[in-house]
Amino acid sequence: MEDLRSNILAYIDKHETCSSTELCKEMNVEHQKIVGALNSILAFGEIISAQPEVTSRLELTDEGRQVADHGSHEAVLFASVPAGDGAPQSELMKSVPNAKIGFSKALANRWIRLDKSAQGGPRVYRQVESVSDRIRHCLQMVAALSLDSLTAEERAELKKRKLVQEGRVTVYRVAKGPAFTLTLAKEETELTAEMLATGVWQTLTFKAYNFKALGQQPDCGHLHPLLKVRAEFRQIFLEMGFQEMPTNRYVESSFWNFDALFQPQQHPARDAHDTFFLTEPAACRLDAEQADGYLARVKAVHSNGGYGSIGYNYDWKESEAQKNILRTHTTAVSARMLYQLAQQPQFQPTKYFSIDRVFRNESLDATHLAEFHQIEGLVADYNLNLCHLMGIIREFFHKLGIRRLRFKPAYNPYTEPSMEIFSYHEGLGKWVEIGNSGVFRPEMLLPMGLPESVSVIAWGLSLERPTMIKYGINNIRDLIGPKVDLKMVSVGPICRLDK
Amino acid sequence: MPVVQIEKAALCQCLNRKDFTDEEVDELCFEFGLELDEVTSEREMLAKEQGDAKAAQMGDQLSDAVIYKIEVPANRYDLLCVEGLSRALMVFQSLAQPPLYKAVQPAAGMQQMRVAPSTAQIRPYVVCAMLRNLSFTPASYKSFIDLQDKLHQTICRQRSLVAIGTHDFDTLTGPFLYEALPPSDIVFKPLNQTKEFSAVELMQLYSGESHLKAYLPIIRDSPVYPVIKDANGVVLSMPPIINGDHSKITLNTKNVFIEATATDAHKASVVLDTLVCAFSQYCSEQFTVQAVQVNYPDGRASIYPSLAYRQVDIQVDYLRKGVGRSDSQLTIDEICNRLTRMCLVAKATSDATVSVTVPPTRHDVLHPCDVLEDLAIAIGYNNLEMSLPPTLCTGKQQPLNSLTDKLRLEVAFAGFTECLTFALCSEKDISERLRLPLDSLPAVRIANPKTLEFQVARTSLLPGILKTVHSNRSLPLPLKLFEIQDVVYKSTDSSGSAVNSRQLAAVYYGKSSGFELIHGLMDRIMQVLGVPVDQYKLSATEVATYFTGRCANVLYKGSPVGTIGVLHPETLAQFDLTLPASAFVFDVEKFL
Repeated sequence: MEDLRSNILAYIDKHETCSSTELCKEMNVEHQKIVGALNSILAFGEIISAQPEVTSRLELTDEGRQVADHGSHEAVLFASVPAGDGAPQSELMKSVPNAKIGFSKALANRWIRLDKSAQGGPRVYRQVESVSDRIRHCLQMVAALSLDSLTAEERAELKKRKLVQEGRVTVYRVAKGPAFTLTLAKEETELTAEMLATGVWQTLTFKAYNFKALGQQPDCGHLHPLLKVRAEFRQIFLEMGFQEMPTNRYVESSFWNFDALFQPQQHPARDAHDTFFLTEPAACRLDAEQADGYLARVKAVHSNGGYGSIGYNYDWKESEAQKNILRTHTTAVSARMLYQLAQQPQFQPTKYFSIDRVFRNESLDATHLAEFHQIEGLVADYNLNLCHLMGIIREFFHKLGIRRLRFKPAYNPYTEPSMEIFSYHEGLGKWVEIGNSGVFRPEMLLPMGLPESVSVIAWGLSLERPTMIKYGINNIRDLIGPKVDLKMVSVGPICRLDK
Repeated sequence: MPVVQIEKAALCQCLNRKDFTDEEVDELCFEFGLELDEVTSEREMLAKEQGDAKAAQMGDQLSDAVIYKIEVPANRYDLLCVEGLSRALMVFQSLAQPPLYKAVQPAAGMQQMRVAPSTAQIRPYVVCAMLRNLSFTPASYKSFIDLQDKLHQTICRQRSLVAIGTHDFDTLTGPFLYEALPPSDIVFKPLNQTKEFSAVELMQLYSGESHLKAYLPIIRDSPVYPVIKDANGVVLSMPPIINGDHSKITLNTKNVFIEATATDAHKASVVLDTLVCAFSQYCSEQFTVQAVQVNYPDGRASIYPSLAYRQVDIQVDYLRKGVGRSDSQLTIDEICNRLTRMCLVAKATSDATVSVTVPPTRHDVLHPCDVLEDLAIAIGYNNLEMSLPPTLCTGKQQPLNSLTDKLRLEVAFAGFTECLTFALCSEKDISERLRLPLDSLPAVRIANPKTLEFQVARTSLLPGILKTVHSNRSLPLPLKLFEIQDVVYKSTDSSGSAVNSRQLAAVYYGKSSGFELIHGLMDRIMQVLGVPVDQYKLSATEVATYFTGRCANVLYKGSPVGTIGVLHPETLAQFDLTLPASAFVFDVEKFL
């Protein structure tokens, strides 16, 4: 390559200008190699100029290349016929490549003759002593781009025999450039330790870096996008002074999931259509709840009321409360935490939060799975009201970058008043529901033993929905579960909810 | 939430607003706690269900009048029909006063319903009422049928708790009898049939009927079925399945006899109140219902409908604090006015108390907090002044979650990518596919899974990760995955409960098993957990999930906290994986 480049530069120095085909002939190398060498010289800057000119020309087909290398089919066949005794036609046809074409061409050229009546079948004899393989010679000229010496008949014949075809070739007109030189400085691609050690880097030229190329991806691990969003929500709660609840308890009793929350036993949410019940362990013991009379108080408030309530007026059954389920909301844990809070000698105002899995035996679609993550926050303090609930929700959503909020009256079995939280979605141009909230009912809090003047305000939302919006995911199965494309996991941006 | 359809024209008329826009209706619904779900028409609804061609073909038979589909809260049975919904909105908009519902006993004596002791075996309660001199229009007739259907679907729990039967009283003769008989002894012509069937034949007949077959199991296996008859033995109904054809109501029915049989007496009474309150407006004497006496076998007599008005005294201070307003911002008069707009007629009984009358339409009001919510709605939630709770607390993480998050980062730093898989899976996933016998696993089993994917709670994180590997096997190798999540174990004690266990699992999948890399990750985790080298070691063991001789227990302070090894080729085959893999699983909670 280096020799070729200096040869080309020397030639240009002598002739000022030339074509790439000319260089081809002169250097006796293929055109492709000349083009490669020219490009390599061009990469050094304005040493030469090269103007491309597209021309059409003849080029060898695969068969043509074979003939140029080994001889025409007729010449090959002729060479296979022994002088003098000749050879049986059948044998030639079997042993010589392309014998059929070679035989008919050689016959037409009168290089050979066929004796059909020879003993042992038709026999082929040479008719001349030697032949000149004009076809091969022509093809060699085509390969060397010396087309001028080819007659029109020869061209036509080569094309007809599909030994050549018209091709397009880019030929370069080469001339000296403003920085013409005969010696090319070698360009370095990398700065090496050796260069630093020897100090040679000071005299070297370095190849221009291609800033358009992509860098090499670092070899690293990635966190799952849903859990990145979870981390952001945890951070927000912690910044707001909330304490995390221990939610690592998927299996829950109906008692804590429903009854403690004043959700009546015939409530549709307690149907097998909505809730996963268990066969093992099917039911749990409620000894601790029974021991201090809490169970009896819950039973009473459901069946006959109390604490200012008329209750639901039905026959409350402990066996129903003992049934184990996969919790349908993390509020089951909130209930346990509030109960514990009520057992302290002196009530302490508290802010709690949790983000964890809940389970619903509902029909599945593009946005609903049987398990999802619930985000929940609650504040327990003296004399809290709706205004505080709306205030803390506003503060929470502001931290998520959501500013336009409004509240709709709603129904929840365990909160009253209850409010659905709507935010204005700029993209959709309408108000969309983003969460649910309320003040826990006295029928839930007072049987636990909390002071009457204590209110508990709470709100909740799903983790999946904001994550799907954040990362532009339409099908929840692309976000959670074994079908997730890990490429998606690795290319997702860091999560900044307020951006 | 249940959805009620109401024609725009009808709503506009009762709200006295001819020029109501859809946006204004939406706004009104929002403020009142309803949701305008859809603006449509009879034609659009059919087109949506059966295609545009069918809707076009029906031509003039379909109306183009605008219909609102409005979602109502699940505890407001009084709003389940156009009559109740529009009346509530009229009162809310101060266009009408809350009606006063009355149950009257006719001078000539009440109709009697005798309850036979046999009903105790199957459906012990019945409540009755009569709507007198009523005139139906096609719309109100349809609404009457619709409301019964909606009540059946909601508070009646698919007729299991309560079932309603309505009858043309003029075809019947009192007194009535509610009894329970062997199915073969009940023979009558059911609604919309031309001949008589025995109850046995009816159960057969309706087993193929999509609308009724869901109710058959409520009584099917009982030796006796409930039946209501008049004085001449005419069958009114065989609750909760079907009414008799003889007494069916029509557009021309003037006097309606209503019976509701139940397993829950309170709910039956609520259902009856709801039905008569909504439709007594069509009686010649509006909002007045004729009472019926029910005589129980023990000699007890009850008169229905109860239509009870309940007085609740509420501290004004409680209401003001609840909506964050002072005495001057919210006077007693304003409280009373606003509550009245919610159909809760209120009167000041002193400077400090209001007496609120809860009408028989508002069985959802259980406690003063329900009254407080209505006051807040009448003021408008979005008119309340927001304020932050004064509660000062320090933020605090669960130690286990804090540790989990730190470990997640370290494992990701080490070049592993986090998966997030399901906590529920099939029995096969945790047993056969990991080459473990199912009965050796402390798995929590689900009673009512809709598919095989939800048979058990996972006892290992490995199946989820290996499935993730399978779905991503076309990505450049090796795949290095991890997950830190909870698995669930049935408790070993007698508590009948279960516990979560926080686990960390990692898998290396590539051209070679990569055991040294998985081992290296385990070493690294122990390093970042600050475990001294002499407290952690691997000790060879055999677990069927792993390849023979390529499996070890992870020992921490001498006791096993996890397993590590090259996965068994048959484990790989179970997950359709064709390249070798190494994995470990360990219990994070041991390092808290």
